[in-house]
Amino acid sequence: METLVEGLSDALRAMVGRDPSIRDAAWRSIWISTLAVLMAASLGLPIGCWLARVRFYGRHILVLLFRAGMAFPTVFLGLVCFGLFSRRSPLGPLELLYTPAAIVIGELMLALPIVVSLTQGAVSSLDPRVGETARTLGANPLHRWLTYISEARTGITLAILVAFSRCVTELGIAMMVGGNIKGRTRTLATATAMETGKGDFEQGLATGLILLAIALLVMALIGSVNREGRL
Amino acid sequence: MRIDAAQSMFLVLALACLLVSGCESASETAPVAAETQPSKVTRATPVSRVLRLAVTTSTRDTGLLDALLPVFEGRTDSRVDVIAAGTGKALKLGAAGGVDVVLVHARAAEDAFMAQGHGIRREDVMYNSFEILGPPADPAGIDALPPAEALRKIAALGSRFVSRGDDSGTHKRELSLWFASGSQPKWDGYVESGQGMGPTLIMADQMRAYVLADRGTYLAMRKRIELVPLAAQTDELKNPYGILVVNPEGKARINEPLAQQLADFFIAPDTQELIRNFQIDGESLFYPLHSTTAE
Repeated sequence: METLVEGLSDALRAMVGRDPSIRDAAWRSIWISTLAVLMAASLGLPIGCWLARVRFYGRHILVLLFRAGMAFPTVFLGLVCFGLFSRRSPLGPLELLYTPAAIVIGELMLALPIVVSLTQGAVSSLDPRVGETARTLGANPLHRWLTYISEARTGITLAILVAFSRCVTELGIAMMVGGNIKGRTRTLATATAMETGKGDFEQGLATGLILLAIALLVMALIGSVNREGRL
Repeated sequence: MRIDAAQSMFLVLALACLLVSGCESASETAPVAAETQPSKVTRATPVSRVLRLAVTTSTRDTGLLDALLPVFEGRTDSRVDVIAAGTGKALKLGAAGGVDVVLVHARAAEDAFMAQGHGIRREDVMYNSFEILGPPADPAGIDALPPAEALRKIAALGSRFVSRGDDSGTHKRELSLWFASGSQPKWDGYVESGQGMGPTLIMADQMRAYVLADRGTYLAMRKRIELVPLAAQTDELKNPYGILVVNPEGKARINEPLAQQLADFFIAPDTQELIRNFQIDGESLFYPLHSTTAE
């Protein structure tokens, strides 16, 4: 693990050293996606458990809607957010367009269906006796749901990982509502698209590789946490 | 844990190798494939009927090429594939042999292209103009001012300004206008979109900011934005277009004969007349240059 981190960080330092704006964009990509995924997880885990464990009329339709949401193209979400935040819309006066906050909201819309659907899948495939056992042991509803999440943690970790990697690598939302503004809303994905558009393929490859490295590092990190956490 | 580290490292390395080798082999094998692909049928006809033309996105967006190229294609029984990119990328495509002929508007970069031997012929074609656009309220009060003075006022008041910031011909012109104004384009309200003309205009409109735009894109979009042209039209806002024939030497599949024909076509008197008569919503966009310059 150490050699991997060292080797990668050396490579990254070499690339980033050439241009501080890459570091800037990388940091922005990470914090925007992290924030969006944290929000998606705090909303999506309860919704996912609820859809998996509580029977009510219209549940299947909701499950299907969230699953359909996983397939939303990011350009479509970008378009929706642009409409929401543009000057002539009711939300226009908030002046969210071309701010990092707009990207966070758009990526939340991208991440939420993923977290909800995969959590729902993971929790509903648990042995139904898990809930019953917890109940006979005196668990209140909150504890019972925490038990679901804990039992389904592999699936849920996967849900969050998938959501993060989609957010950190997505281009449509960041470009359309972020606007790729230098030093404010430029992310690694928009920088990669821009450099390639300018014909600077080397720089585009550099930002693209850093993006790839972040996605892979997060995967390796979560993979190892998951393995160590398993008893 | 050890196996995990080795596994993940392998994964990272494998992917990196794949990426790098993918890029290299793509650029290496493409010309080879192109050489081997044309069978005896095409070998027999010396001149391919397909021409690859790189233009700037703003040129494509005006629709001028849609009016001119079918005439050329009909006369020469050929097909012109248009690749729209920023000036920088368009010229790079030419230098790399990815296209046969380039139509751009960045005189200094064009001259450098010729000086480096990437091109064998350059012709003035036409010019259009840039506009300094701004919100109708005009907070910096630049209406009818000469461009350099207008920019100086915008900078002095710290008004919002959206720059392309993408190394395009328009961006280069903006920088030279800043240089002429003596002001530094560095304040809180000055942002760089790094995007094309259309998205940058939308952004400036949404932010109620000032922006430098080519007249063609502005005319094509003016119904959807509130921005209006403010600064006075002077020579500093003229935008000359040149056509460059790529040097075939050392490149695998440059269609020089057809590229030369296209250059001839663009500077021919009747084409120049077509350019003069080309309009968007009753507004002329381009002014022929070749007939007037005796270079």
